[in-house]
Order: sequence, then C-alpha cells, then structure tokens
Amino acid sequence: MTRRQARRPKQVRTLSGIDRLTVVLMVAVPTLVVVGLVWGPALATVLLSFTDWNGIGNLADINMIGWENYQNATTNYPPFGPAVQHNVIWLVVFFFGPTLLGMVLAVMLDREIRGSRVYQSIFFMPVVLSLALVGFIWQLIYSRDQGLLNTVLGTDTDWFGDPDINLWAVLVAAGWRHTGYIMLLYLAGLKAVDPALREAAAVDGAGEVRTFLRVIWPVMRPVNIVILVITVIESLRAFDIAWVINKGRNGLELISTLVTQNVIGEASRVGFGSALATIMIAFSTVFIVIYLVQVMRERR
Amino acid sequence: MRSPRSFGVGGVPALSIQRRTLLKGMLGAGALAGLAGCGGGDGDGGGGGGGAVTFGSNWSDEVPKNAIAAMMKGFSGGEVSINTVDHNSFQENINNYLQGGPDDVFGWFAGYRMRFFAEQGLVGDISDVWSDIGSGFSEAMKQQSTGSDGKQYFVPLYYYPWAVFYRKSLWQERGYEPPATMDDLVALSKRMQGDGLAPIAFGDSDGWPAMGTFDYLNLRINGYDFHVELMAGEKPWNSPEVKAVFDAWRELLPYHQPDSLGRTWQEAAQSLLRKESGMYTIGMFMGQQFPEGAERDDLDFFPFPEIDPAIGTDAIEAPIDGFMMSARPRNEDDARELLRYLGTAAAGDAYLEVDPNNIGAHDDADTGGYNALQKKSQELVGAAKSISQFLDRDTRPDFASTVMIPSIQEFIRNPNDVDGLTKSIEDQKASIFGG
Repeated sequence: MTRRQARRPKQVRTLSGIDRLTVVLMVAVPTLVVVGLVWGPALATVLLSFTDWNGIGNLADINMIGWENYQNATTNYPPFGPAVQHNVIWLVVFFFGPTLLGMVLAVMLDREIRGSRVYQSIFFMPVVLSLALVGFIWQLIYSRDQGLLNTVLGTDTDWFGDPDINLWAVLVAAGWRHTGYIMLLYLAGLKAVDPALREAAAVDGAGEVRTFLRVIWPVMRPVNIVILVITVIESLRAFDIAWVINKGRNGLELISTLVTQNVIGEASRVGFGSALATIMIAFSTVFIVIYLVQVMRERR
Repeated sequence: MRSPRSFGVGGVPALSIQRRTLLKGMLGAGALAGLAGCGGGDGDGGGGGGGAVTFGSNWSDEVPKNAIAAMMKGFSGGEVSINTVDHNSFQENINNYLQGGPDDVFGWFAGYRMRFFAEQGLVGDISDVWSDIGSGFSEAMKQQSTGSDGKQYFVPLYYYPWAVFYRKSLWQERGYEPPATMDDLVALSKRMQGDGLAPIAFGDSDGWPAMGTFDYLNLRINGYDFHVELMAGEKPWNSPEVKAVFDAWRELLPYHQPDSLGRTWQEAAQSLLRKESGMYTIGMFMGQQFPEGAERDDLDFFPFPEIDPAIGTDAIEAPIDGFMMSARPRNEDDARELLRYLGTAAAGDAYLEVDPNNIGAHDDADTGGYNALQKKSQELVGAAKSISQFLDRDTRPDFASTVMIPSIQEFIRNPNDVDGLTKSIEDQKASIFGG
C-alpha cells in the first residue's frame, strides 16, 4: 500500500497536456449529459411538485403552493391508493412469477436440450415485439365479446373491464414479456460460467440440483443482483400495457399512468403530476439505496 | 371529445406518441418553463410578411385529410401550406404547440377547449372575420365560437350530433317505436330484454363515451344552463341536481350492456350491428363501424328522450370542429383572409363532399348530397335551442380526464354510493378549479 501511495503523484505528473484534456473531457461530457438529462429534470420535477403550474406561461407565473399537491395526492385523489398498491402487487408478482420462471427456463435451456434455439426464440419473441403490438395482441385475446379466451372457454368474463380481474390479466401479459427478458439475461450469465466448475462438482459427486444451488448460484451472484434490480425497475416503471388497455384506469392504476394522465396532454396539471412523479422517485430511491449498499458491501 | 376517429381497437395507434410525450414531459417539464419564457418575444411584427399561410391540421386520417386538402384548394387568396399532425398527438401537445411557433391557422374544437386558450391569450381574436361571415351561421354556432370576453375566436366547420342510434330493420321486425320519454325508454328496454336483447349498447373502456350519457341525463333533468354552470365549476357536484342525474342513470344501468368497462365503443357499436343490442347513445361517428351500403343505411336515431316536460329535449349534444388563428400569426392578413374563406358555405361543402360523415356548420351548406341520416341530424340540431359540446369539451381538460373519467367509471362499477362519489368529485373539483 505504502509503495503505491508513494508512486501515485509521479504518475499524475507524467500525464501530458492532451492526456489531461482527454480525461477532463471524458469526465465532463458524461457529467454534463447526466446532470442535464437526468439530475436536472429530476430536480425540476421535485421543484415543480411544490407549484400549481399548468404548463402555460412564464416562470414568473408559477405559484409556490407548498405541500398542497402531496396532500391532494394522498387524501383527495382516489386513484392514488390503488396505484401504489398495484405497483407493489406488480413487483411481488413479477419477482415470484416471471422472474423465477425466466431463471428456470434459462437453466433448462442451458442444458443444450434439442431445439434449444427454437425455444429461446419463442420465449424471447415478446421482448422483441413493440409494446403497442403486445397490447394489441392481448386485446384480441382478452376482449370480452370477441376475444379468443372467452370464445375458447365459453365464458363471458370481462377480463379487462372487471377491476378485480384486469390487473391479473395484465400481469399475465406483462409477465409473458418479462419472462423472456429474464430468461435471456440469465442464460447469458449461465453461458459465462466456467464449465470446469460443473465438472469439478460432478467429480465430487454432486447432483444436478446440488451443483446448481451450491456452485452455480453463488458464482452467478452479480447476475442475480442485476436481475433483481431489473425486476424492481420494470415493476416501478410498468406503464405501457396498462396505458394501451384503458389509459391506466379502472383497476389498472399505476403511479406512472397517473403521472402521464396529469402531466401529458391537455390536462397539464404539471405541478400535481410532478408531485406524483416525485413520490415515484422516492420509491425508486429506496431500492437504489438498497442496491448500492449491496454493491458497496461486495466491493469491501 | 377524444376524437373517436383516430382510435383503433384499443387506442393503439396513439401509443408511440404517448411514450414519446411521456419522456418529453418528464425531461422537459423543467426546461419548458424556460422555453415558454423565451417564446414571448418574437413575432411582434406579425401581420406584415407575405408568403404562404401555414395551416396546422389535426385531420390526419385519410378521408378527413383529403377533405381538408380539397377545401384548401378552393382558397384563392394565396398559397396555404398544410402541416398535418396525428390527431391525438396534436391534441396532447396543444399546450406546447401554441406556446412554441404555431401555424397561422389551425384546427381545433369549440366550447371550453376554445375559450380556455382564448383566456390564456394563446389564440387570436377574429371578431372582424366574424363580422363578415357571421350572417352565415346560426346564433348557437356563434355562441360556440365566442370566448368568455364576448369576442370570436373560432370558425366552425362541421358538427356531429349525439343521439340514440338503432337499426331500422330490427325495430320494424319487432315493432319497437322510438321512445319519447324516460318511461317509454324503460318500457321499451324491458321489452327488449324479454326479446333477449341487451337494450342499450354500452362501452366505456376508453373512459369518455359514457360522458355522453351523463351529459344527456343532465341536460334533460337540469337543463342546458345548469350544464354550462356545472362544467364551468360554478355549481357544486354534490348538489341534489347532480345526484338526481346519477340516480336516474342508476335506474337505467340495468338496461345497459353489462361489463361496459372492458368494452370499447367500437365493440359496443358492433353489438348493435349484429343485432345483439337494441340501441346506443353515441355520436354520429358510430356509422363508421357499419359497413357502407345497406347496413349503414339501416342506421337511424332518435333524440335522447325527455325526462322533465318543463325542460324538454331542445338541448342537443353536438361537438363542433373548426378553425382558430394563433395569437401572433406570421402572415396575419392572409390568415384572416383564409379564415374568411373557411367560414363560407363553399369551403364547408368542399370538405363535406369528401368526408360526408358530418353535418356542415354553415347555414347555406349544400344539403343536396346528404344521406337520410345527415338530413335528420341537421333537422335535429337545427331545431335545437342550445348545443352543448361534450363533457370533456365543455370543462377543464384536466378535470375531465383526471377526475370525471375515473369517477364515472367508479359509478358504473358501483352505482350505489352516489353521495360518496359526488362528494369526492366536488373535493377534487375544488382542488383543480380553486388553484
């Protein structure tokens, strides 16, 4: 340690002018981009959430109204409660459903069974399709009067209209996509595992399951964390399918759809929508902190 | 109203824009404030310049787009350059559009949606144009083109009435008669149920179609003036009047198609087409769901029935589409000239010749080519004393979309808690209108 510390100043001094410029640029440009496109707007959102701005007029016309938007969101906005609840359900279901299923599929496909490529393509297909198309496909399946599901089952369940059912119907649709995504990520991770580890485990007499749990799983830890984070992110930003179906209303309320309803379009309750977005930022921050703590601990 | 014409089965075509605008909205929320501030300075010298008049068109579907092109060809006062924007994204972005560099003349809607932008100073006063074209329009049309300050801001092009539609052949076969009163409607509905039909087709997956039913019940029970005051936020929503509307609706709900919240208006229209339902309260655009020819000709309608004889049925819901001028057009003289032309019967005729799914707003519109339904619509609206626009055109858009759509859907789901519902609407209204 002491030797390295002693050497360090010398190294810095050896940087030429061009090197220094390169370093400065490489640090400055991404910083500007991140600050300008991520931190700036995020901060602006937080600031706007304390105003009543309607998207029209100059900065001077903006009135600060304190916590009123937050108060309205939590006490005087009936869709808010269900939206938070649905996001949490989404997260839990995604974690225990499609994420685990995707991992299991990846492990199966990793065993080089016949037609592995074909299965991979089939499961990955929904990820490639645009969400507009995915929404449309499920609309055809779930439609009450003309849909495939009711025709085949001979029922007349109102899959998208019944607020007790539609969230689950949508979770199936969204999970269908998520499964393929996780499968591919996990498969890539598994392919990278050194085959020597498996052989060694086999030589030591460990069975398939034991090998996976005791050897592969620990090696895959970084991938596992990535998958966990992706699942959390996907659940928090769940938006598209609910929006395609009914603009995120009537049982499909999500925080993201509420933000969109309020900020985008003619409605332009920018202040109120920003308050909802800030609440979403706060939720995400919790998970980001957990993730960072994990990563830091690992480094140490 | 959210322009039914541009929706697919589930509003799918609008999605790509939604995502893009979402991003833009989130990222730009802060930056926009700054941009808006910069925008105020330019264009002070408006009115001088020559060149083509720019026209922002939200008539993006094939047929209306061609109709607009045909219409603009008839303008002799100079060149018109048409910028067509997807209908929904035009609507979604109207705030940014008007604050940025809008076209000289652009397409928009009558009602509160027009007055709102007039109040914000984002559109131009065209009272002088109206002094030339005014004689060609009815008083009701003028009223719908006038801002809160008494000046005119809008030139109407066409309208499409809302009414209760049905299939003539089915009704003849079964011997149904158009009901004149609410009691008749209920009696007819019971008969239809006995005949194995869903009496009233209903689909509110998109949230706005049910607003038409609310509006008509309100217009029939409380009258046009109350509708206007209620929409303007001047009357409380938890009043006995509004509760009466929801109560009347609850009486009717058993005759509506069940599970309406998962059904699009298109699917509801198709149930009418397949003779599975008896009638449907919807706008005239519904005809698009009927194949051209015998089936579309089989379509007929009756005005929403009377509830209170003292109020009658002389208020009709007929959203009007038309034109406005931006606040600081680059080519102001020609823009006014263009609006003068757009306010003539000839311009309207040129449009309707290509797109006959509407009724010309001009008094002297050529009705020779109208089909039976168009003629009947024209008579219906001509005889109306007042024309309302639509719930989401007559009130603040934020109130309509973030409060009324969820509230009406909540009512359809659980029609029994009217007190709680109306109180919640009123509380939310106060937070939106009060700010």
